[in-house]
Amino acid sequence: MITLTHFLVVSACIFCIGLYTVLSKKNAIMILVGIELMINAAILNFVAFGKYDKISYGGQIFGLFAIVLAAAAVAVGLAIVLNVYRHYQTINPDEINELKDK
Amino acid sequence: MESILFYAFALLAIGSALLLVNLKNIARALFLFFIVLFAMAGLYLFALADFVAITQIMVYVGGVLILMLFAFMLSNKELLKDLQDSSGSFLSMPKWQAIPLALGFLLLMIYGIMEWQQSIPTWIQLSFENNTQIVATDNNIQQIGLRFMTFYVLPFEVISIFLMMALIGASHLSRKERNR
Repeated sequence: MITLTHFLVVSACIFCIGLYTVLSKKNAIMILVGIELMINAAILNFVAFGKYDKISYGGQIFGLFAIVLAAAAVAVGLAIVLNVYRHYQTINPDEINELKDK
Repeated sequence: MESILFYAFALLAIGSALLLVNLKNIARALFLFFIVLFAMAGLYLFALADFVAITQIMVYVGGVLILMLFAFMLSNKELLKDLQDSSGSFLSMPKWQAIPLALGFLLLMIYGIMEWQQSIPTWIQLSFENNTQIVATDNNIQQIGLRFMTFYVLPFEVISIFLMMALIGASHLSRKERNR
């Protein structure tokens, strides 16, 4: 029997791996992957709780909303990454330290 | 049987996520991300969210992952640097400060879950008592469609406009500038 706790523990693990990716990677694309992992953990929590909500289906519907938000975030984020690469010839966030045009 | 499959999917997701973090080659890491997303879609099925699982596969694997591969290939100077940097080691040595932070956060969340189990919210207890959980024989997709067009019609419209704004913004950001 799979209880709510199983889902919560799995999603906590995935969230922390995403957090670790965001903190430790030196590549903007990998940082976006980490953010996606964290969003996925949140969606897993949404649907796990949504199982007990038959009246309004809140969990599943907000899981779908979260997927849409993640897709929009990735589209804009990757556009920014490509632009930054065009300006600086690198996508290491540590080396990008000015917003102004040269 | 069900719990064996659940543990298999959970192990697949966590294991390939851990490997993803520690790989040096970004292309391999992105394909491992693909496996993680599939395993997460499998986990959603165990929460009886079949439509969310299918949407996850369509949106993430069909859209997000392809976008990420494109961005990775378009910034290919990094690819060459990565290949040159790999001086004998398969795994990359990340910043060590991230490890205690992530582990501490994990411990905090596990502690929170354990504490929370003593006092399950009343709406979950009510759904146990009234037997109003989602069961495997429900027609989920029809119900979700009905809810989208009745309860959640305002968030639905807002998120449609938001998505269109994000797409226009993305294409505006990634345009070619002529006079530079």
